[in-house]
Amino acid sequence: MTTLTLSKAIHAGLHRCLADDDRVVLLGEDIGTLGGVFRITDGLQAEFGRNRVVDTPLAESGILGTAIGLAYRGFRPVVEIQFDGFIYSAFDQIVSQLARTHSRTRGRVRMPVTIRIPWAGGIGAAEHHSDSPEAYFAHAPGLRVMAVSNPQDAYDGIREAIASDDPVLFFEPKRRYHVKGEVDLDAPIGTAGAARVVVAGDQVTLVTYGGLVQTAMDAAAAAREEGVSIEVIDLRSLSPVDYPVIEASVRKTGRLVVAHEAARTGGLGAELAASITERCFEFLEAAPVRVTGHDVPFPPSKAEKHHIPDLDRILDGVDRALGRVPAFVGGS
Amino acid sequence: MGQTTASSADKLAATSEEPAAEPQATEQQSSQRTAANESPGAPAADALAPSPDGHGPTSEDYVQLVSPAGQRVHAPGYEERVLDIGHEELRGLLQDMTVLRRLDAEATALQRQGQVGLWPPLLGQEAAQVGSARALRADDYVFASYREHGVAFIRGAKPVQLVEAWRGANFCGWDPGEINMAPAQVVIGTQTLHATGYAMGLRWEGSDSVAITYLGDGATSKGDVAEAMVFAASFQAPVVFIVQNNQWAISEPVTLQSRVTLAERGGGYGIPSMRVDGNDVLAVMAATRIALDRARAGDGPTLIEAVTYRMGPHTTADDPTRYRPAGHLERWRALDPITRLEALLVAEGALDDEFRATVQARADALAAEFRADCVAVPDPTPLSVFDHVYAEPHARIDEQRADFARYLEGFAS
Repeated sequence: MTTLTLSKAIHAGLHRCLADDDRVVLLGEDIGTLGGVFRITDGLQAEFGRNRVVDTPLAESGILGTAIGLAYRGFRPVVEIQFDGFIYSAFDQIVSQLARTHSRTRGRVRMPVTIRIPWAGGIGAAEHHSDSPEAYFAHAPGLRVMAVSNPQDAYDGIREAIASDDPVLFFEPKRRYHVKGEVDLDAPIGTAGAARVVVAGDQVTLVTYGGLVQTAMDAAAAAREEGVSIEVIDLRSLSPVDYPVIEASVRKTGRLVVAHEAARTGGLGAELAASITERCFEFLEAAPVRVTGHDVPFPPSKAEKHHIPDLDRILDGVDRALGRVPAFVGGS
Repeated sequence: MGQTTASSADKLAATSEEPAAEPQATEQQSSQRTAANESPGAPAADALAPSPDGHGPTSEDYVQLVSPAGQRVHAPGYEERVLDIGHEELRGLLQDMTVLRRLDAEATALQRQGQVGLWPPLLGQEAAQVGSARALRADDYVFASYREHGVAFIRGAKPVQLVEAWRGANFCGWDPGEINMAPAQVVIGTQTLHATGYAMGLRWEGSDSVAITYLGDGATSKGDVAEAMVFAASFQAPVVFIVQNNQWAISEPVTLQSRVTLAERGGGYGIPSMRVDGNDVLAVMAATRIALDRARAGDGPTLIEAVTYRMGPHTTADDPTRYRPAGHLERWRALDPITRLEALLVAEGALDDEFRATVQARADALAAEFRADCVAVPDPTPLSVFDHVYAEPHARIDEQRADFARYLEGFAS
């Protein structure tokens, strides 16, 4: 076991994939000479060369479109979109082309493309640098979506994303890049698609992903001191969702809270709430509760703390699920 | 005079210190004003009238090896590239184009008869597609739009495979790996990035294969096309951009898409360009060979503007009588790619009635087989919609397929 930050864990995973398979190529803005604005790809171009770690022109649609072409040629491209808010420029290539090429060609052309995205808020950044666009892509058939919360999952997850023959969006919670954790560099891959119970509990199921997993764990610890037992589940795969793990938990607790930074309407909380209601209705003691970003553009950085669910808002959601406070406030 | 076009073409085409090719005689003294000199939004009498001064996207400054009347034209730097195309080869190209026109017409007929949902005809563009496609190697890879049925056919697709997607049976009738051609692309211009990425990979491998991308005049307005040219130039990618300027993007004339010839667009990115008569199969082939040789030698991308005309509608759902100015069809019929090649062969004593009959018979036979195969293409089954969405097993797909299957079983069979 070794101790690595989340960013170093991703770096280690990329390094290993570059070394193991010479069809893996990295593309992105500033990833080569600079090593990436977050240094995730630091030193990789010097080691593997300019044809394996490629600084691209400033053009997200171009990055994705050329990655698709490289996939046609049998490469395994791993592209970096420098910040979440810039991915929209590539939206058409991702949803019209990357997501559909396998079905369009009836399986003859595979798209083993991985898109790495430094993601979400909490770093006091300028506009478009703190977005949570994961729901747009979870909605698109043909894509897989992952979100990691800790260094081990980052190391395993990036290797699994690159190994997948399907296109994978890999969301990295940038405010957690500096956080350290134990990483087994020899861990096998194959389970990154499974949701994981990170804190066992029996009164409320709290499902979240990415940067909020730590917040949820902190909330569970705080709640335990007040005699409330919360089971925290790290979703890890946002598309497809590992429902059996969540169902098993909700059958036990009867109450579901979903937390995400992304805006409320049409967010993944809506999908999870609907799906769990369909699957576990007779086990539910209360309607599912969503603790989310507001339906507003991500606010100016001084106000982001009012937008990103924090420990208190999550515990408020737990209280709503427990019926201690009104579940829904607002409207008529 | 189209200086930029002529000089860049010379740099590409010249094999020795030959003087610059003279631009072909045009209607340069025409009194008709092009709409390029008016507001693009204002209705023009004829937005596609040849521009009198040789500038603008309707300029008639382009390279020819065969005149519309079927006479040989000297174009130093180009003619040397097709010295191997003798009478037998020319008859082969004539057959290609004739068969293609026949298949294209059959597809339109099948659409009118309800056997095909929609069809975008390539009528008039046979030389642009056949001339370029016949220059390619089998190991080159094509990323085209939705109108390159001719290219797919030349690459080896069976006629019915060209129409399956338009019949709604699937999204691509051919196996891309069998003919080294990506599926038809409906989202305009996106294929240029795919071709460029493919070419970047070729270069990293040290391969001398080439990626070719076909796009229309309308597509040159797209951001993806601009980005493709940036990447192609920056990475010196072995990619050939073949712009078939057929003058129309549905009802929008090329003068709305550009103030300059489309070939000049390449220069802005540092991509050498050629501008050829797209209805001259020999000129198209020569230009394509020049571009391919450059790419194979590691000299990077090239842009070819093939000036042609969309003689048919945008698709069978379109009505060009609503926007095509009077006189266009007659003017362009005189520039027809097939009749000019026939005229050349006749003038050189290389075309007889027996060959004409052979070609007609082949075209009719293929069309009949095409028709029979087309009407026999089955509809996709209900559960097939779940196929191939992912390469790897996927729980949600499996769940939904099972749920839908159970729902379907509830109906009496």
